[in-house]
Formats: sequence, C-alpha cells, structure tokens
Amino acid sequence: MIPGRGIALAITMLVIAIFVIVPLSSIVLSMAGITPERFVSVAFSPRALAAYRLSLGTSLAASAFDVVAGVWLAAVIVGERSLAGRLLNACVDVPFAVPTAVTGITLVTLYGPNGWIGSLLARAGIGIVYTPLGITLALAFVGLPFVVRTVQPVIATLPREFAQAASSLGASRATILRRVTLPLLAPAMLTGFALALARTLGEYGSVIFIAGNVPFKTEIVPLIIVTRLEEFDYVGAAAVATVSLVASFVLLLAINALQRRLIRLRVAE
Amino acid sequence: MAAFLVLGVLVVLPLASIVYESLRLGLGPALATFADPYARDAIVLTLLVALAAIVVNGTFGVLAGWTLTKYRFPGKAVLLTLIDLPLTVSPVVAGLAVLVCFGNRSPLGAWLEAHGVQVAFAPLGIVLATIFVTFPYVARETIALLNETGRELEEAALGLGAGVWQSFVRVTLPNARGALLNGLLLCNARALGEFGAVSVISGRIRGLTDTVPLHIEDLYNEDNLVGAFTLAALLAAVAITLTLIRSALEHRGRTRRAIGA
Repeated sequence: MIPGRGIALAITMLVIAIFVIVPLSSIVLSMAGITPERFVSVAFSPRALAAYRLSLGTSLAASAFDVVAGVWLAAVIVGERSLAGRLLNACVDVPFAVPTAVTGITLVTLYGPNGWIGSLLARAGIGIVYTPLGITLALAFVGLPFVVRTVQPVIATLPREFAQAASSLGASRATILRRVTLPLLAPAMLTGFALALARTLGEYGSVIFIAGNVPFKTEIVPLIIVTRLEEFDYVGAAAVATVSLVASFVLLLAINALQRRLIRLRVAE
Repeated sequence: MAAFLVLGVLVVLPLASIVYESLRLGLGPALATFADPYARDAIVLTLLVALAAIVVNGTFGVLAGWTLTKYRFPGKAVLLTLIDLPLTVSPVVAGLAVLVCFGNRSPLGAWLEAHGVQVAFAPLGIVLATIFVTFPYVARETIALLNETGRELEEAALGLGAGVWQSFVRVTLPNARGALLNGLLLCNARALGEFGAVSVISGRIRGLTDTVPLHIEDLYNEDNLVGAFTLAALLAAVAITLTLIRSALEHRGRTRRAIGA
C-alpha cells in the first residue's frame, strides 16, 4: 500500500473538474431556462439538420476512404524496410503534425481552380473547392494518420501461419486477403475508423477555408456554432454544441470499448 | 511506386506549395511579414500560451500518472474516460465551453471580472481553451508507461524507509521521464497550432489576443497570401521538427528496450 491516496485523488479530480468538467457542463447549464420544445426547435432547426447530415456524411465518407488508404499504406510501410519505407512512415505524421489552419489554406490553394492539382482537375471538369467533395478531401487528409497508426502495429505482428496454411491448401492471394488477413485486421480497422470519425466530425480549421460555408449546402456543424456565436445567439450555439457533445461522448465510449478489445486480442495472440 | 504518388500528394505538394506561395514575390516580402508588429505580438502570445499549456498539462500529467497507476480505487475507468474526453470534443465546442463558463454572462465570469480578471476575449481564455484541447496528451503517455512499470519499485522504496514524496521524486519521476517528454512534445505541437478552440474565445484583438494560427486566417482573408503562407511555413516547420524529435526519441527508446539497457 502506498500512502497518500486521498490527497492525490482529490487533487487529480479537482484539476479535471476545473479544466474539463466545469467548462463542458456550463454549456448544458447555460440552457437551463429553456423549455424542451425550444431546445428541439433550435438544436434541430432545418439549417442545423442540414449541417448534421453534411458533417456526418462527409466524415463517414472520409473515414471510410481513410480505412482503405490507411490499411494499404500501413502494409506498404511494414513491408518496405528500405529508406523509402522509413520516409513514407515519417510522412504519415505530417497531416497530424501540421496545424489545421495551415492545412486549410494550403488545401484550398492547391485544389483551387488555379492551384497545382485543382487546375488539372478543372480541365477534367471536376470542381473540388467549395463543395462537399472539398470538405471530404480535407477531412480525409486529417483523419488518415489515425487509421495508419492503429492498423500498422497489428499488420507488423500479423501471424503468418494462417496465410501460409491457406496458401498450402491452394487458396489464391485474393482469397487469403479476404478470408484470412482482413478478418484478423478487422478490429484494428474498426478502431481506426472510429478514431478518424471522432476527429473529423469536430474538425474546423482545415475545413472552413475549402468548404465555402453556404448554409444548407456546405456548412458543417462546428461552423454553425461559430455563426450562432457571431450573431450573439448563445442559446443556439449551446444547443447545437450539446448535440455535438453527445456524439463525441458516445464515440469516445465506443472507441474505449474497441481499444480494450484490440488489446485483449493482441494479448491473446 | 503508387506509394510515392501518395507521398507526393499527401506531403510533398502541400509543403512545396506553402513554400512557393510564401516566396512567390521573393525573399524580401516574405521576411517583411516578421517586421509587422502584429505578427510579432502573435508569435510572442502563441509561445506564452504554449508554455502555459505545457506547465499545467505537464504537472497534471505526472500527477494523473501517479494517482491512476499507484492506487486502487473505484471508478478509475470513469476518471480515465473524463481525461480522454477532450480528444473527441470538437475544438469549437471546447472554445464555446470556456466562453460560456468564464464569459461575463456566467456568474463565475461576472465574479472574476468584478475582481479584475478577464477570461473571455483575453489571453487567459486562450490559455484555458488551449489547456482543454491538449489536456489528455501528457496524462495518456504517463499513465500508459507507469501502468506498465507497476507498483513494486515504489513499494520497495517505501519499505526501505523512503517517504511518499521521496519515492515519487526519486523512483517514479525518473521512470516516467521518456513518456513525459513525449507527451510534452505532442502537447506543445498542438498548443502552437490550435485554431478552432482559440478562435471562439479570442475575440481577435490584434496585438492582444491574436495567435499565429488566427493571424494566418486574418492575413489570408485580407488577401495577404505571402504573409499568411510565410507564417504557415513557420508553424509547419516547427510542427514537423517537433514530430521528427519525437520519432527520434521513440526510436532510441525502442532500441534501448530491445537491448535491455
């Protein structure tokens, strides 16, 4: 028994309360005088509903893309032990490291009609900037490291026996991938997907520059909160923020459960 | 080969385009960005805010690492979840939380203002919002590491006659050093670049509550692209350097563990 439990626990809880719990609960408390009907009409106004749909749709699409691209990238990094592999490994951290506002102005410049990539796409008739596709692009960029870093250690320690056994029994490479490798990777893929989703749902800085920010069309949830605040509509901002907060909390619990399972699975191996 | 295409689109082109836009009119105009007193004020404020976040989160990280791994108590999972909560909360919601809690509309904010402490639309609010978004970074690292090392060493120190404080300083802290440093680097990188949370609470008073990321947005919206991308290049260079240091440390740690030293 190490003494000092009471005081250590008290200070820890106090710090968490001051910096996290009190600020977050004050969002909910700030709507104390509002009737449930008013809350529903503000939090689920047509404009807010359009933003939830857009945010959820673009985040889901971006995270799904990240799972596919991330698994492939992780496999390349694990398999490639040369300098190129190490270089690729270091580069995966860049979208995570670079500040969101920097990502925002860079992507809109790069993919804008006069940008290096945007001008090529414009010639093919594809417009990205100020469309939901642009939002998805920015979200996929910031979400990618979360998938790669979750899947990579699992791929690195993947037991080879199953694949070898399947191969000796005459399974094709596609069958091995589908029936052996992917099922082994599924828990890590799901965890990476949830992490990317959590990050992208609340993402602001990298999106607002490329989004266009037109209500009902390209207005994401965090932006609607900022817009309400600029109109001094604190209740409107708090109502939408409460919905967003509930989503973050549910996602956090799901991620914790998934990660616990992932650790158990790896220990079991 | 396809991997290099991804590398180019993901990293090389964005970074090259930041440098290109910054130097578009030559080195002179790019460097002139730093002659602007508002840009200098923003750099100083950003450094101070990051320093505050490092001090608070570093202290809390060590404390949480100790409390959550050296003692048994009910509700530990709940406490861990609360520490992780800022990871999934939108930065904008984080900024709003600080604004609603400490703004002059709340009783707490009104009381503080009556005593001369301004939080909303002031540097202190920026500090609180930054601490919120970086809150889990150090604690997660220290908790994970101290959980692995267990309690035996501290119990041995106590058995040999050391006090709690002594075993914390002489046994736990040296053990947690690597995790602490790793967490602080992560926290620092995020604090220097935080945008969403800070933009809600800042009020954008130039020379007073404008951080570098916010100033980048100001310059961009004013069509001062050279200025915006020069500051962006500065932030990106710092962020990438911090990441490289972190992966170098991680690599060294792994080799040391592998050879059993």
